[in-house]
Amino acid sequence: MGISISNISKSYKNVKALQDISFEVKPNELFGLIGPDGAGKTTLFRILTTLLFPDHGTATVAGFDVVGDYKEIRKNVGYMPGRFSLYQDLTVEENLNFFATIFGTTIDENYDLIKDIYVQIEPFKDRRAGKLSGGMKQKLALSCALIHKPKVLFLDEPTTGVDPVSRKEFWEMLKRLQQKGITILVSTPYMDEAALCDRVALIQDGRILQIDTPKAIVKHYPKPIYNVRSDNMYQLITNLKDYEFNHSVYPFGEFVHYTDSRTDFNPTELQHYLESKNLKNIEIHETDATIEDTFMELAK
Amino acid sequence: MLPIIFVLPLLQLVILSNAATFEVKNIKFGYIDNDHSSTSRALIEKFNASTYFDVLTDFPSEAKASSAMLNGEIDVVLEIPRHFARDLQNEKYVNLGVTINAIDGAAAGVENVYITQIIQSYNKHIRTDLVQISDAQIQPAYIDTIPLFWYNETLNYKTFMVPGILVLLVTMITLFLSGMNIVREKEIGTLEQINVTPIKKNQFIIGKLFPFWVIGMGLLTVGLLLARLIFNVPMVGSLVLMYVYTSIYILVILGIGLFISNFTDTQQQAMFIAWFFVVIFILMSGLFTPIESMPKWAQIITEFNPIKYYVEVMRMVMLKGSGFTDILPQLIKTLAYAIIMNGLAVWSYRKAN
Repeated sequence: MGISISNISKSYKNVKALQDISFEVKPNELFGLIGPDGAGKTTLFRILTTLLFPDHGTATVAGFDVVGDYKEIRKNVGYMPGRFSLYQDLTVEENLNFFATIFGTTIDENYDLIKDIYVQIEPFKDRRAGKLSGGMKQKLALSCALIHKPKVLFLDEPTTGVDPVSRKEFWEMLKRLQQKGITILVSTPYMDEAALCDRVALIQDGRILQIDTPKAIVKHYPKPIYNVRSDNMYQLITNLKDYEFNHSVYPFGEFVHYTDSRTDFNPTELQHYLESKNLKNIEIHETDATIEDTFMELAK
Repeated sequence: MLPIIFVLPLLQLVILSNAATFEVKNIKFGYIDNDHSSTSRALIEKFNASTYFDVLTDFPSEAKASSAMLNGEIDVVLEIPRHFARDLQNEKYVNLGVTINAIDGAAAGVENVYITQIIQSYNKHIRTDLVQISDAQIQPAYIDTIPLFWYNETLNYKTFMVPGILVLLVTMITLFLSGMNIVREKEIGTLEQINVTPIKKNQFIIGKLFPFWVIGMGLLTVGLLLARLIFNVPMVGSLVLMYVYTSIYILVILGIGLFISNFTDTQQQAMFIAWFFVVIFILMSGLFTPIESMPKWAQIITEFNPIKYYVEVMRMVMLKGSGFTDILPQLIKTLAYAIIMNGLAVWSYRKAN
């Protein structure tokens, strides 16, 4: 009842949006598709939700072929596009009723599934959807995508443009939905959200870079990473980039993530180099790799 | 939105029906009288008496008259030749010079008819005055025509313009609304959400058609009421027949609109295409210019113009009281058109691409 994708390719004129993508999403898995804008996430979603035909390759969703059994897929999946796409001039309740009717069901029938989410927007049920805040719009869209009790849920960048608190709540909701037996494929450009998935696929320029659990992906990181900090961040980054042995230099919050190209790297050597460049309050200590580091390394 | 849909078209109906007239009045009339006889003055007097002409000036020369026409001061110049009265008596045959400003070709044509009528009636009187009794006996009797304008006895232009303009309004509103509709959903993204639902193509199209169909019928109702109350347009035929025909006709227009909507990506594109068809349909509908006077190829094109049939049917039923069998040809063509256009709309609506 999961998703299986084999050798999917799709091009728009000269742009190769997806190139030979293959992976499996196990039943009842919360699977993350992580990649920057333009990586091909939305194209893949549109193919899996039967809105777009692939140029090559096959895919099945909940056991149905995306081309041959599109009718069954439309009955069995919930899709939440990246852009808010409910009727803005209908109220919250009308939207929910409308989608329930289209799927041949009623709000009452599947109320237990959406209850957790819907109670949060129920006070505004007579408000037009266009007048809701960003977070509430997401909750309404999720409710509408769930109203027919789908087997597989597709969420295309559900948290883009949503505040941190709502994002956290949203992921908690996804976890609860997963416990109810729904397979979830979610895409996000935020690397921190990747850690909340069971497994993630890193995608860039239409290719899958790596697929694994978030923990395993981090372990794959080949080199020790150092957090470097000083009083002058800009000069620090410039100097590190000029340093002849640097392998990668990325600003990361209040630190700079630094890796060295040598295997026998000694941090004190770097400290001396930076001091010679008149930097003060220099701190260098080893840290764990994050998914973002892995992504940057793979995308290099 | 709903008040706009209703109020603006009905305002148009009231304004256009009062303003769009084919009658030409207040024609600025000038003349050059080279004869200065009582006979020539009698002719001028005929024009003076007509309500259509404002007799303005007596020009001393042709050059003056020409420059006045160039300046737009006069529309028509009548030149009466020297010895007009004498030649009329002796030779019973004279030429009059008539110059008409034909910048507006349609108006010039109408003016020509008026002038000819006045001169003819003058001619008739002058002959009875001049012709001697002996001559009269060998003259053929006059053939006099007295036209009867059936179905619109007073040739009241409003009587035939109001049904026509009502047709245009119903058409334009329903075409623009439906043409914008699906493409708007494409723009705001709601179509994507609908497309992943199990809704069937024909259900979707019917769902899109129905509200506009109701609006179209509502427009017709209010328009007919205005036609009756404000313009006192006669409604000889059956209202039921008018509604039956309109209900099918609106389906044609909505089908065209949805078809356009399916093929375009933005409302701007849809607007331009809808506008293109509306202009062609209106100008080739026979509402403003008779189809009979169009070139052959244009007449063939009008066979595919739904507005043409609607204008015909509305005028036939409202003014002439035509029955079901009279409008059957139009009804069948429109029905076929409706089936084809809506079939195309359903067919061209793609849930996936």
